Amino acid sequence: MSSAIESLVNREYAYGFVTDVETDTVPAGLDEDIVRLISAKKQEPDFMLQWRLKAYRRWLTMKEPHWGNVQYPAIDYKSLVYYSAPKSVKPLQSLDEVDPELLRTYEKLGISLTEQKWLAGVAVDAIFDSVSVGTTMKDELAKHGVIFCSFGDAVQNHPEIVEKYLGTVVPHSDNFFAALNAAVFSDGSFCYVPKGVKCPMELSTYFRINSANTGQFERTLIIADEGASVSYLEGCTAPKRDTNQLHAAVVELVALDNASIKYSTVQNWYAGDAEGKGGIYNFVTKRGKCAGVNSKISWTQVETGSAITWKYPSVILQGDNSVGEFYSVAVVNKKQQADTGTKMIHIGKNTKSTIVSKGISAGEGSNSYRGLVRVLPKADGARNYTQCDSMLIGNKCGAHTFPYIEVQNETATLEHEASTSKIGEDQIFYCKQRGVSAEHAVSMIVSGFCREVFKELPMEFAVEAQQLLGITLEGSVG
Amino acid sequence: MLEINDLHAGIGDKQILKGISLRVNAGEVHAVMGPNGSGKSTLAQVLAGHPSYQVTKGTVTYNGEDLLSLDAEVRAQNGIFLAFQYPVEIPGVSNAYFLRSAFNEIRKARGQEEVDPLEFLDLVDEKLKLVDMDQAMLSRSVNHGFSGGEKKRNEIFQMAVLSPQLAILDETDSGLDIDALRIVAEGVNKLRTKENATIVVTHYQRLLNYIVPDFVHVLAGGRIVKSGGKELALELEAKGYDWIQTAGAAA
Repeated sequence: MSSAIESLVNREYAYGFVTDVETDTVPAGLDEDIVRLISAKKQEPDFMLQWRLKAYRRWLTMKEPHWGNVQYPAIDYKSLVYYSAPKSVKPLQSLDEVDPELLRTYEKLGISLTEQKWLAGVAVDAIFDSVSVGTTMKDELAKHGVIFCSFGDAVQNHPEIVEKYLGTVVPHSDNFFAALNAAVFSDGSFCYVPKGVKCPMELSTYFRINSANTGQFERTLIIADEGASVSYLEGCTAPKRDTNQLHAAVVELVALDNASIKYSTVQNWYAGDAEGKGGIYNFVTKRGKCAGVNSKISWTQVETGSAITWKYPSVILQGDNSVGEFYSVAVVNKKQQADTGTKMIHIGKNTKSTIVSKGISAGEGSNSYRGLVRVLPKADGARNYTQCDSMLIGNKCGAHTFPYIEVQNETATLEHEASTSKIGEDQIFYCKQRGVSAEHAVSMIVSGFCREVFKELPMEFAVEAQQLLGITLEGSVG
Repeated sequence: MLEINDLHAGIGDKQILKGISLRVNAGEVHAVMGPNGSGKSTLAQVLAGHPSYQVTKGTVTYNGEDLLSLDAEVRAQNGIFLAFQYPVEIPGVSNAYFLRSAFNEIRKARGQEEVDPLEFLDLVDEKLKLVDMDQAMLSRSVNHGFSGGEKKRNEIFQMAVLSPQLAILDETDSGLDIDALRIVAEGVNKLRTKENATIVVTHYQRLLNYIVPDFVHVLAGGRIVKSGGKELALELEAKGYDWIQTAGAAA
């Protein structure tokens, strides 16, 4: 591997800083009292507490899964802190009341709330550790009847919607990490788009892990009612930290008849140093349910961070003619490990799914694609197209593909394409011979490789993805 | 413009060039001919700065500067262009974007202002005609899914846009049918000026019917064994390379 590529892929993480804010933290470890304490701190109604307890009791009976193609030291769940909120956060009327230290953190990340608010037309629900510190453009959204708020606010103000949909896509008993999340989740985002409403703006949330040893258990619930549509952006950066941090989020999406949800993620959490020390463990359960006819759920993710990424944004295609999509770019470098992919479960008739996965491995990174396409007996005319491409940079990295296909209906049509390529000296030399620097050449080649996924991202995110990968996107003009 | 002196180069332990000396002045066209394995392509790659080749002896000066100490992209920015024998594919990157990046990086290196995508489009329009290609090719990925002929025409198109001072055409005629050959050669001819120079590397004489060289050099066993005017190419065509190799060995 040329030294130019090597230095490119070994850049220092730019967002490694810790914000000094007083935090309100519960003792380390987990038992029923902690679960009750979290629920009490959040002043939750009884149905939430009962749900958390049910999840906790179930979690106790479950074992941490190890089927992923990832390796990490055992997690000591007793030493984790399960709730941490910046202490300065009281119910806020406006951004002016937000701790200036927090605002500076966001500015360092280049996500000034006020700027975003007016310039980009993006409503930002910023998650600092576990509690929402500022929600903007709520009024504008309220005009259209869109509810976009922190999960905690939703529990207080719209308990009937939360109760109706919570756990309907990812049940409290779904898997080890989802059960843990259900028991202790602190906050997250909530969005409800009423019947027939096209959400007037892209919705955005930035997550950031800050307090040391605080497991992050976000929970997001998005519901698009009949004929509604919404595009949701999630972007992540986390400061540098020596001990590994567990992040076990849950995202549930529900699309009713003729509704559509587009969920885009750019994930850039701290990946650990060159030896693989530090970094975030990102074990996430993301799932959408196309509950209604003609509904559509589309996942787009650009995964560049975390020491370990273990996630499978999935779609349950229950409604007839519903559509599921998964577009993914996963980049691993140094000693990063990613085991990511999707599940497309075809239940309804004429359901259609598309999977486009681009894995890029550099350094000593290990990148696995794991995808399941399941067609159930009643899914007449189901169709799936899967394309799974890997790119290797250097000789010490790895790429793996684990496709699973289960078809129980003979009218289904499935296509699977896979490829592996290497950034060669020849490609870089060709660019250099035309006057293009090696750095720009690598960006250009990788960007070209990811083009099919990048073009699915909303413009705001395409720019961020480009910065994250050090990539210049294909010009939209010319 | 270019002065090559006793150049020795190879890959790993394998010596390929064993003492090449050549002088190219502005306004000249030089043809480098020779049988397979004589080192023609190696010479082209070494001049362009391919990292796989090591120069073990000799010097190359370009406009008075030590060429061999420069990175490949700096050589390109200084006006050296290599039309590749096997143009490389870059899937997902459009020709327009690729070429505009190259164009702008070269301008930047020369302290000139970059051009925006629309200006660039105007600029490339006439160059496309030169090689009989249409605008649609600009939005296709670089060489991806191109036929052999299209790839070679694309090389000459890029050359036209970047207007190098020294162009090296490495087997640009290989794999071209007679019509494509004529288009490519006419393109090259139109780009000839008194200020620039061209080195045409080729196995066959037929390209030289269209691009008429001022000098012809015959390479064999990593050395220039014979130099002459354009008639030398015809002589080679008639007698084959055996004649010259024998002559070279005897000399």
